[in-house]
Amino acid sequence: MAVIDLANPTRFLRIVDRVLPWLIGATVFLLAVGLYRALNAPDDYQQGATVKIMFLHVPAAWFGMFGWALMSVAALGTLVWRHPLADVSGKAVAPIGAAFTFICLVTGSLWGRPTWGTYWVWDARLTSMLVLLLLYLGVLALYWTAEDPGRGARAAAILSLVGAVNLPIIKFSVDWWNTLHQPASVFRIGGSTIDPSLLTPLLIMGLAFTLLFVTLHLAVMRNEILRRRIRSMRLMQAQEVHA
Amino acid sequence: MNPLAAILVRDMRLAVRIGGGAFMGALFFLIVITMTPFAVGPDLALLARIGPAILWLGALLASLLALDRLFATDHDDGSLDLLMMGGVPLELTVAAKALAHWLTTGLPLVVVAPLLGLMLNVDMHALGWLTLTLAAGTPALTFIGLIGAALSVALRRGGLLLAVLVLPLTVPVLIFGVTAANAAIAGPTPFSPAFTILCALSLASLVLGPIAATAALRHGLE
Repeated sequence: MAVIDLANPTRFLRIVDRVLPWLIGATVFLLAVGLYRALNAPDDYQQGATVKIMFLHVPAAWFGMFGWALMSVAALGTLVWRHPLADVSGKAVAPIGAAFTFICLVTGSLWGRPTWGTYWVWDARLTSMLVLLLLYLGVLALYWTAEDPGRGARAAAILSLVGAVNLPIIKFSVDWWNTLHQPASVFRIGGSTIDPSLLTPLLIMGLAFTLLFVTLHLAVMRNEILRRRIRSMRLMQAQEVHA
Repeated sequence: MNPLAAILVRDMRLAVRIGGGAFMGALFFLIVITMTPFAVGPDLALLARIGPAILWLGALLASLLALDRLFATDHDDGSLDLLMMGGVPLELTVAAKALAHWLTTGLPLVVVAPLLGLMLNVDMHALGWLTLTLAAGTPALTFIGLIGAALSVALRRGGLLLAVLVLPLTVPVLIFGVTAANAAIAGPTPFSPAFTILCALSLASLVLGPIAATAALRHGLE
């Protein structure tokens, strides 16, 4: 099935309706398994039980960043290929990516309190995730202020491409800035390797987050299509009243 | 006259005449710097230490102020439509407008910076270097802001939305600007790496800013 087959919103909605229950089931199942394995994983010899936060934190960080990548692809779809569902996809990703980034920051901060002794440090990674969240909020603000959905979608597409160019530069500059300001305090989770007893639950959680992301994305896309239909029906009704 | 030169001269004339508000940014900059000692205390040693950071932050905020005028007034009186239909590539037109904007709002900030630096007790010998970092960095602020200005005029919204969109994108400029200025004043890191990257950021935004802004105008106003 080609991407172009999904261009028809009605066909897309039919496929989503058929696929979504299975996706929800699989997501719930994998999340349950992943969380069970995560809670039963052995404590870290240094971090103790707080290591369990990692099972939420790391996948959230992955999908916070992946969200922007997907939004940029959707932006290309909107501006270059003019795929009719691309802007729906881009609009659906923005709040999901922002939420995952937010979860990453909150869990990181909760983990930082017992481990580093403070809720927030201006560590390079934390800071670049915070800037990423700010950029997401900028895209959301763009959608909130745009009256015409199509126009707002194109503006957001341009902003997400600009952000995609800028994010590596921001990451690089924050790393540079951080090494200048606090060279002695580099925090890393247990060096380079993670023990298999911790890695397996992490990978299961990664898979569960993938399914969660896809499920949420499709559900939000469906809602957005329906919302647009309601909007055009209301506009048509308003015209009839005036005519 | 060359059409681009004509646009440049026109925009600069509009900016310096009544209602243009070219020097408002510099005035705002002066006021921000004046407020700083009230907030952190009149301790000269502390002011000298945070001086470059305050100057850069002030310049960043001041350059945001006038940004929404970049396209909004032209959009209101319809001249933006004329510019978009003109024979000159819109990217170049937009770049010329941004250059005029920098000359009338960015350059005054650079010119008053040494004076404001003196008020913040920045080392006399470093004032030149500090001003140089602002001269190299403020074009990047204008040309990144250009994207936000185009997006907000395409959505017919200005003000706060513009600041929200633009500020996170200017993080690298702020980092390297302040790093270079601090390196010139106190060391121990060398001045040139941060300053070179700052110049690179300005040059890159000189190219990417007009392209993205043009795309925003075309898609928004079609």
